[in-house]
Amino acid sequence: MAIEVIKPGLATTVQDLGRPGYYHLGIPESGAMDHYALRAANLLVGNAEGDAVLEATFQGPELRMTENAVVAVTGAEMQPGVEGVAQPIWTSFAVKAGQVLAFDFLKRGARAYVAVAGGIDVPVVLGSRSTYALGALGGLEGRALRAADVLAVGKTAAAVKAGRSVPEALRRAVPATAELRVLPGLYDFRVTKAALEGFFSETWRVATEADRIGYRFRGGRPLEFVPRKQPFGAGSDPSNIVDTCYPYGSIQIPGGSEPIILHRDAVSGGGYFMIGTVISADMDLIGQLQPHAPVRFVAVDMETALAARREANQRMAALRASLQ
Amino acid sequence: MKTRMSFGGDEHIFVELDEEMSLEACFRALSLAKAVRESRVSGVSEICPANASFQLRFDPDEIAPRDLRAELEAIERASEAAEPVLKTRIVEVPVFYNDPWTHETLMRFRERHQAPDMTDLEYAARINGLASVDALIAAHAAAPWFVSMVGFVAGLPWLYQMVERSRQIEVPKYLRPRTDTPRLTVGHGGCLGCIYSVRGAGGYQMFGITPMPIYDPRQAISYLRDFMILFNPGDIVKFRPVGREEYDAISREVQEGRFNPRLSHVTFSLDAFHADPAASNAKLVEALDGH
Repeated sequence: MAIEVIKPGLATTVQDLGRPGYYHLGIPESGAMDHYALRAANLLVGNAEGDAVLEATFQGPELRMTENAVVAVTGAEMQPGVEGVAQPIWTSFAVKAGQVLAFDFLKRGARAYVAVAGGIDVPVVLGSRSTYALGALGGLEGRALRAADVLAVGKTAAAVKAGRSVPEALRRAVPATAELRVLPGLYDFRVTKAALEGFFSETWRVATEADRIGYRFRGGRPLEFVPRKQPFGAGSDPSNIVDTCYPYGSIQIPGGSEPIILHRDAVSGGGYFMIGTVISADMDLIGQLQPHAPVRFVAVDMETALAARREANQRMAALRASLQ
Repeated sequence: MKTRMSFGGDEHIFVELDEEMSLEACFRALSLAKAVRESRVSGVSEICPANASFQLRFDPDEIAPRDLRAELEAIERASEAAEPVLKTRIVEVPVFYNDPWTHETLMRFRERHQAPDMTDLEYAARINGLASVDALIAAHAAAPWFVSMVGFVAGLPWLYQMVERSRQIEVPKYLRPRTDTPRLTVGHGGCLGCIYSVRGAGGYQMFGITPMPIYDPRQAISYLRDFMILFNPGDIVKFRPVGREEYDAISREVQEGRFNPRLSHVTFSLDAFHADPAASNAKLVEALDGH
């Protein structure tokens, strides 16, 4: 069983749940920007939760199946169609040998996850099939899909049924204005109290520079720094620090003007101060934000972050139970 | 030095050993990161030493953030008495300084530079009070460098030269980052050097290029077959100037699978370094002769 790529879409890559363990050497975890959507897609087609799928960004690919397949699409609202017949999202459906799976325009969200029963079978590199394009690592030859690529699909353990569906209540919708919860910290003391308050009270917009490495934001006022003599080795700009490791989800603001949230393909370190870190429960949502989408940052404490994480874990447990 | 801890969301804890860069702070970050690794704290998935800090990633479902913090504080107290000694490697990196490829690239990005009428080397020599580009190259290649961190992108080593602060080479980064840097460029920004492991954007001043790949995701290069990345934090680097002919010869050897980096296992003592930096460095570099 294989998938022939007729059209690749804008930026479609093979992703699973990533390759932790090498961040200290500059290799980021990679993996689906939206873990929940990836897990749901896999469960719908009877795969293991962390099997490799296709992550299609802003635009869907056109794919021909060489054999009968069961497919599910989750995440962004980008309606799939088989030979022109519309298929539901968050639901498994059949694609017959030789048929073409294509996608309608993106309506909501940013990334669709396309799981195929058996999982995408590219070589495992450092424990994962995820693509890390900046390092030309993993996935299909370390890059996004191109026309005429052929992807192998693994064998399915048992016969898989089409027509399984994620209950409406368990499909996460992207709100009109996203609220990203942030634990302030790291180097937040570098900006004035007023600047910090401004950061959390303004509405920002996703910039066009928004990809798997990081999401940039515009629209808020520049942040004012607390004056200091720069420490040796930090660099002369007040937003510079001695180069350090960047947490996933950390928010750096070079020059105090445009915040950048690092995501799954993060650059692992650098010399810009960080104001805080998006909590783990809200990382998936970032991957579903389109350029120009309005966003507010909400300061929370560790207890709130952990409560939100428990809630996300419970929703995941409910999803598993509903698809058993 | 004053240790400061801060949580990076609910999955990271950040430990800063010092606000400013020094070999002590870097050494301390590295040895604490090592102590954490050896103590096998549950729930920790990433241990990342950096220049004057380190960071852990953890699973708060496995270990509560406050418990992890308490464990780290205990590890820090226990490690204070440890002798600052590191068993590591010294690796020789051949460099073609003032090469045609970084020169071509820097000429394309002159409008992003502080001194558009000079090359990066000329500029760095001038602002460091050195008489000539050759004097800068001699200083760059004379004393060894400590790999203070590996990252930004896969396999990129950040380097801190093992000399007194007054002798550190310091240069600002480009005014605006370049959109292109040749792969294997030897760069410098602030007080730190680096070797660009892949081609791409960059803001460091460009001094030269090495023919010796340091990252190979395909693991086809002979000495990167076991692991795709050459450098680890704590490695020591010695640059050796080479000309065009030797650059081409090494490139050919790499291609034909005949090249092996010159490297030796050494023990580095921070106290011995402070007592006599020149003698300590000479001893480290000598180890390369035995290679």
